[in-house]
Amino acid sequence: MKQKTTELVVGLFMIAGFAALLVLAMQVSGLSLKANEATYTVYANFNDVSGLSVRGQVSMAGVTIGRVSRISLDPQTLQARVELEIRNSMNQIPADSSAIIRTSGLLGEKYIDISVGADETAMRHGDTFYETQSSLNLERMISNFASGMGR
Amino acid sequence: MAEAPHIQIENLSFARGERQIFSNISLQIPRGQIIAIMGPSGTGKTTLLRLIGGQLKPDAGSVTVAGKVVHRLRHRDLFKLRQTMGMLFQSGALFTDISVYENVAFPLRAHTELPEDMIRDIVLMKLEAVGLRGARDLMPAELSGGMTRRVALARSIALDPELIMYDEPFTGQDPIAMGVLVKLIRELNETMGLTSVLVSHDVPESLSICHYGYIVADGKIIGEGTPEQLRNHPSERVQQFLQGGPDGPVPFHYPAPDLTQDWLGGGHG
Amino acid sequence: MVDRIAALGRLGLAILSSLGRSGVFLFRSLVGVHRPATGFPLLVTQLYALGVLSLAIIVVSGLFIGMVLGLQGYTILSDYGSEQAVGQMVALTLVRELGPVVTALLFAGRAGSALTAEIGLMKATEQLSSMEMMGVDPLRRIIAPRFWAGFISVPLLAMIFTVVGIWGGMLVSVKWLGVFEGSYWGNMQASVSFTGDVLNGIIKAVVFGFVCAWIAVYQGYDCVPTSAGISRATTKTVVYSSLAVLGLDFVLTAVMFGKF
Repeated sequence: MKQKTTELVVGLFMIAGFAALLVLAMQVSGLSLKANEATYTVYANFNDVSGLSVRGQVSMAGVTIGRVSRISLDPQTLQARVELEIRNSMNQIPADSSAIIRTSGLLGEKYIDISVGADETAMRHGDTFYETQSSLNLERMISNFASGMGR
Repeated sequence: MAEAPHIQIENLSFARGERQIFSNISLQIPRGQIIAIMGPSGTGKTTLLRLIGGQLKPDAGSVTVAGKVVHRLRHRDLFKLRQTMGMLFQSGALFTDISVYENVAFPLRAHTELPEDMIRDIVLMKLEAVGLRGARDLMPAELSGGMTRRVALARSIALDPELIMYDEPFTGQDPIAMGVLVKLIRELNETMGLTSVLVSHDVPESLSICHYGYIVADGKIIGEGTPEQLRNHPSERVQQFLQGGPDGPVPFHYPAPDLTQDWLGGGHG
Repeated sequence: MVDRIAALGRLGLAILSSLGRSGVFLFRSLVGVHRPATGFPLLVTQLYALGVLSLAIIVVSGLFIGMVLGLQGYTILSDYGSEQAVGQMVALTLVRELGPVVTALLFAGRAGSALTAEIGLMKATEQLSSMEMMGVDPLRRIIAPRFWAGFISVPLLAMIFTVVGIWGGMLVSVKWLGVFEGSYWGNMQASVSFTGDVLNGIIKAVVFGFVCAWIAVYQGYDCVPTSAGISRATTKTVVYSSLAVLGLDFVLTAVMFGKF
């Protein structure tokens, strides 16, 4: 085969490879070019975050507005401290809103739902939610219920 | 000889594994002559060429080519030195996936920055010298054994080397191809003045073209001289080799234990 | 007993020295300046031989593996009523594991063995020797472009394999079994992370490409130049590459995805 043709075909091969990378980035991992939109950070303390993972969704009224960026244990209160990244365009969250951990479907992923409050002042960077509601722990509920029955 | 010899081999010893191939041999190859190194098969004649080309390192002694001690050269200098050498391998060793033309052009492309039309001129000139200008578009697989060697020869002289080494150039050739090769080797030596080292066990052809010959056996040089001196050499072994006697000082049998012992011993094998 | 220990020791030394030889060999082929005028076309030719010509087997295998994953995933997940998660399963399996691993195994079988045989035959027919005697270093001229081409091709092939596989999984689960297309992609996008999964998968493919190409060229260059020697070297290439890929896969997975 002529060297020129070979070069052309190899060029196409490289392009196909990089196109595949692009598909993996955009279509498969859902990385969008807008992903770098500026965010601000707020915190929420939960008694139990089992099942919640970093990169989990944060949504309000069913619409995604941010992500969980970090989960750590507060050594003083022994509560889980969750760091949330909220998009800058969503800067009108009332300060008395509460964060609730919910499950999508019966066995689906855990996500954080923000239940809207009524305060006129909005949450700002570095604020913490006053009120939170932890994971619905099916296992613990069943064991509580069972031990209650036995009494 | 006023001029320093092109290749000077001094007290060379080389062993491959347990087998001693050369023990303490010395020889000189003067510039511009055809030197034949003859000997029975398996005496390491090809090894000698590889030692000269720096592909193998001697265990003791030294090989000096054009004033440079080959095994002490740095990688880069060794490759530079090799550009002044040509070597014709027994198999021809053409690159099988490129055409005859590209084979001959290969060293030119690798070592020079010549423009394409100049390369073309040189390649055609070299192919003309071996009489195969018409075969330039063939692939190596389409060539006969004799033609393969001629193409390989054209390739080894592409860079106009000062030294050319022939490894068994006559083996397995029909009489005509052999005649052609003899003629080519002599012509190249005369026209380009290059030093030729010819390693062969084809005695008549080698003696017919060489200026001086060495006969190697058992890792030693057993005879040397001009073709005339060699033909009249007093040593029995030299005579046996030159005339092809089946048995003599060089035994017919490979060294083995006593026959009856082997029959009765049963042991292995 | 003492003999056994001595034999073991000899084996260990032999393995160590061959490892050392191959390392020196790789170093010598890659270090040093290549003349770009001759180097680039050589690389392109090898990219064609190793990369482009492997595309067919990669695409077909990727398609079938994706389809099988879609089918298996659907039957298992539908027992739990969560067949929408099939996209997530197919994608994670392919991106993290099967993409790089199967591509590397196929590459070793399709291209690595061919490389070894080609180089081995060049050695047997004295082409490497004659090149050396012409003052051209075969390590740079023959080995280096082949190594680089293999090293570059494997990650590209792995990405193509993964994408084709995910598409194959979609074909089966969405078009045939009737999973809702939105949840196929949606679940996938929610669970596959670019840095955590896609990039780690690519790193795996890069490592495998390096190892497979290295083994293939070394086995060819180091083979005993006879027909039996070449056939042994080709076998070794496939066996060693496969073992190296699977072993390294475990190590890399433990490092990347293991939670210690």
